[in-house]
Amino acid sequence: MIDAAHGGVDNGARGPNGVNEKDVSLALARGIRAELTRRGFRVVMTRDADTDPAFDDRAATANQFADAIYISLHVASTGTAGTVRAYFYRIATPFATIVPAAGVETNSQPTTPTPSPPGGLVPWREAQAAFDDGSHRFADAVQAGLAQKFSGSPATGTSAAVRDLRSVAAPAISIELSSVASLNASSLEAMGPSVASAIAQGILEFHPFGMPGGSAATSPSVPGILVPSPAGPAGGGTH
Amino acid sequence: MPRWVKITLVGLAVAVIIGLVSFGGLRRRMKRLSGQDETADELARHAVLAPPISTPTDAEVTATIYWGAGADKIAPVQVQLPLSADPVGRSRQVLQALIANPPTPGQQTLPADTEILGFYILPDGTAVADFSDALASETPSGILSEENAVDSIAQTLASNVPNLRRLKILIHGQEAETLAGHVDLTGFFDLNSAAPPSPNASAVPAMPAPAAPSPAPH
Repeated sequence: MIDAAHGGVDNGARGPNGVNEKDVSLALARGIRAELTRRGFRVVMTRDADTDPAFDDRAATANQFADAIYISLHVASTGTAGTVRAYFYRIATPFATIVPAAGVETNSQPTTPTPSPPGGLVPWREAQAAFDDGSHRFADAVQAGLAQKFSGSPATGTSAAVRDLRSVAAPAISIELSSVASLNASSLEAMGPSVASAIAQGILEFHPFGMPGGSAATSPSVPGILVPSPAGPAGGGTH
Repeated sequence: MPRWVKITLVGLAVAVIIGLVSFGGLRRRMKRLSGQDETADELARHAVLAPPISTPTDAEVTATIYWGAGADKIAPVQVQLPLSADPVGRSRQVLQALIANPPTPGQQTLPADTEILGFYILPDGTAVADFSDALASETPSGILSEENAVDSIAQTLASNVPNLRRLKILIHGQEAETLAGHVDLTGFFDLNSAAPPSPNASAVPAMPAPAAPSPAPH
């Protein structure tokens, strides 16, 4: 699942020369879709026009599939020109599990974890929590490729509370290029093929579902999910 | 002219004069009340926006403030600051220093005109920082810039105020979905998961410092 961030009335980051994040992210998404399709992946986009689906609508598009990988594309306002970062969602420590230091009296509530809702369902806003480890490993795998192609980029994935990712029930990362302030639109879009190559390389290294060209996804109610083969992470459903 | 007409005209003239006198008084009174309202509003605004005050009891200590380090990161900087022993006052002071006193303009992580509208510490160690709209409207949009802004707040608090366990960021008293389009503000940010709840924490909102010309060295 490729998500071109922002769109419609939401321009996202805006550069001094009129570069809008929403336009570059869409151009990048289209280029990356073409490259990944050429490599045997099947790709669905959350938007393919100047529209602005809500965060939860984008997540819902991905959550129709039991075995998707979700990648949102962004362009930063800041950062060293020509660097690229892969982010995975930062899950705050569940407060109920925070244990006070030994020997210190507390007046906090009991630290018993909140029981899970019945039926294996998880709250919509916490859907990404079940995929925390997979998203982290996926971000690391993609970032390793990005670091090779874009000098100055970090060597490993970065955690951040990226809103896009919170309700995605799948391994999910955000990729952000720097930046609208330092590069023009054509320079940013020219980074697309190398970003696509790093994504493909990262997917193959991460390979949660096997190799491209494998059997069809188990439950794609929409054709063309970025999922080479079945057997996705068997998490609980979401509501 | 008939007598009754004269009497009517005189009566009307008297009524007009009384009306004008009353109207003038009414206007003066409204103006006075309006002026009082403006003064009260202005005082309340100053009280809310006043910077934290330094008191003679504040101790000069080495504080650790997280400012920008290059284009991509934040890093700790040691500065000497007079800081309060009260965790709420101390939190406001280090945040004010983070906003107002970066070593160079390029190291600014938060918009320079961001105001700290409120700071509370709940008994369970949750810190609630309420910032003015400028934080959301002027922080450059992007995961990197927004994350650096939030991290600079969280790490500055965690490094200087003991016993804070997690942070909630509000914008103008409200929960915001994102800071500037990317970083999720609906949840909490870890400060120091191992910290115990503070015995000195107060669930009562910190009263704004009285307006004083104290250029808190933050």
